[in-house]
Amino acid sequence: MTGLVQTNAEALRIRALFEAKGAQLVETDILQPAETLLDLYGEDIRGRAYVTHDGLRGEMMLRPDFTVPVVQWHMETNAEPARYTYSGKVFRMQEDDDRRPNEYLQVGYEVFDGKSPSTADAEVFTTIADALSGLPVRAATGDLGILMAAVRGLDTTDARKAALLRHVWRPRRFRNLLDRFGGKTPAPASRTALLAQSDPLAGVEPHGLRSVAEVEARITALRADASAAPIASEQIRLLDELLSLRETCPNVLSNLRDIAVDMPSISDAVSRFAERLDALSAAGVDVDTLEYEGNFGRTTLEYYDGFVFGFYSTQRPDLPPVATGGRYDALTSVLGGGRAVPAVGGVIRPEITIALKDQA
Amino acid sequence: MTVKLGIPSKGRLMDKTFDWFEERGLTLKKTGSEREYSGAVEGIDGVELVLLSAGEIPRELAAGRIHLGVTGSDLVREKVPSWETRVMELAQMGFGGADLIIAVPSAWVDVDTLDDLDAVAAQFRKNHGFRLRIATKYHRLVRDYLREHGVADYQLVDSQGATEGTVRNETAEAVADITSTGETLRANNLKILSDALVHSSQATLFKSRAADWSGDNRNTLMALENMLGL
Repeated sequence: MTGLVQTNAEALRIRALFEAKGAQLVETDILQPAETLLDLYGEDIRGRAYVTHDGLRGEMMLRPDFTVPVVQWHMETNAEPARYTYSGKVFRMQEDDDRRPNEYLQVGYEVFDGKSPSTADAEVFTTIADALSGLPVRAATGDLGILMAAVRGLDTTDARKAALLRHVWRPRRFRNLLDRFGGKTPAPASRTALLAQSDPLAGVEPHGLRSVAEVEARITALRADASAAPIASEQIRLLDELLSLRETCPNVLSNLRDIAVDMPSISDAVSRFAERLDALSAAGVDVDTLEYEGNFGRTTLEYYDGFVFGFYSTQRPDLPPVATGGRYDALTSVLGGGRAVPAVGGVIRPEITIALKDQA
Repeated sequence: MTVKLGIPSKGRLMDKTFDWFEERGLTLKKTGSEREYSGAVEGIDGVELVLLSAGEIPRELAAGRIHLGVTGSDLVREKVPSWETRVMELAQMGFGGADLIIAVPSAWVDVDTLDDLDAVAAQFRKNHGFRLRIATKYHRLVRDYLREHGVADYQLVDSQGATEGTVRNETAEAVADITSTGETLRANNLKILSDALVHSSQATLFKSRAADWSGDNRNTLMALENMLGL
């Protein structure tokens, strides 16, 4: 590739900016244990990452992102607050479009600091924005924390809330579940028939690893679900409203405050949103023109659970985002075996910044 | 320059393919001894018969090493990424039909739909500490299908044969496999999810988009399409 020298130089330029902000340089292995990534992202990642194999270590993956190894690095050293930067290649299988690169550079900036999440959010956003200054880009933001707070606050069973939270990142199944729990789609006939039996387990012989007791436990759960009232249509309407918000941040804030009157469970998340806007504003971001999308960040590879953002070319909608990032507190808890560390970060793709510069 | 037509080199699929072409005025023949994989086409000029394993035909089509090929539509979708951009379906041939389905133990009376499978996968992972295993050889088709439908907490384990036995052997909790009658599944105490038809497969005549279609080959293709009524 002719531009590789140029891309590397651009990566180093960006990394130097991040280091100047006090970030410590970290290096990670290119070959990562596949098991960790598969457990985290699920089988889907096999369709997006290169899997390889050796006789001793088993399945390994060419790193599809830096988040996981950087979080693991942080969990081992465990100094807080901590700021990290890295630059290197990530590898993504491209089976749908062979014009998309299957390896590309990422330069990242990650902040592990629980003191003031809103300040840390703003710090990452502005650090990335500064590195992109002068380029024709627009930013889009979102906040998955608001959606998750709304789900937790639904007036329904814990089992239903857990099912919805599990699928926040899979919009289609989330919608199916919501339709079912709201009574919009009836239970399938097979389930109604099952629950009508006085002894659904009569004559059942165990087969395979899942025991009859597990089947029985699920039937009990299904009975409980069948007797639970549907989620009120008003609450579903409010959820839909949250998801369809698409406005500048100050307008969204005022909408969110209206919604919070009928849905008090999101109040804390809305306060955090307001604090973040203040922090962004204090850091020099023009929040009056900053876009917010209620659905943003639900289909990315990373499992963000709070503030999310992306920077896009204003002239080339065909290009991938030049930078993306967000808060991933829950992911640190999964990787840390329950020990969560508040974390927020973002990455820039230098090859895209160069493409934008060439145009300017 | 000739148009290379790849067809399955043995079994029912080969016989049915011969019949299908015969009905349309083209005689395909194995030449040489019974065990030799060479063939001839009568009834049209410029077409060469290539006998291949049905499983290799998708790869040869995608690479453009054969111009036309007969194989299962499931195999093309499984083995060729973005298959529509690399091959084209010319004719569904109406035989070799089989469905790629997902099956679970009949003992799972609580499971009938994908929705159930997804819910059970979440609980299974909690109870057993690993993702629910689905044995299959159709990794791409099954993974794409489950991603599209938002199923999580499963893993695919490779099974190249006797897939129905994996549940009994406790190397998988469920299977995704091709079936035409469901008999083998029932014999192994498995049942098919009612709403999870991953792919309905049949023998299909494919055209390679990567092969050389210039000059004589283009005319040969037109003549062939005429004879086949395409």
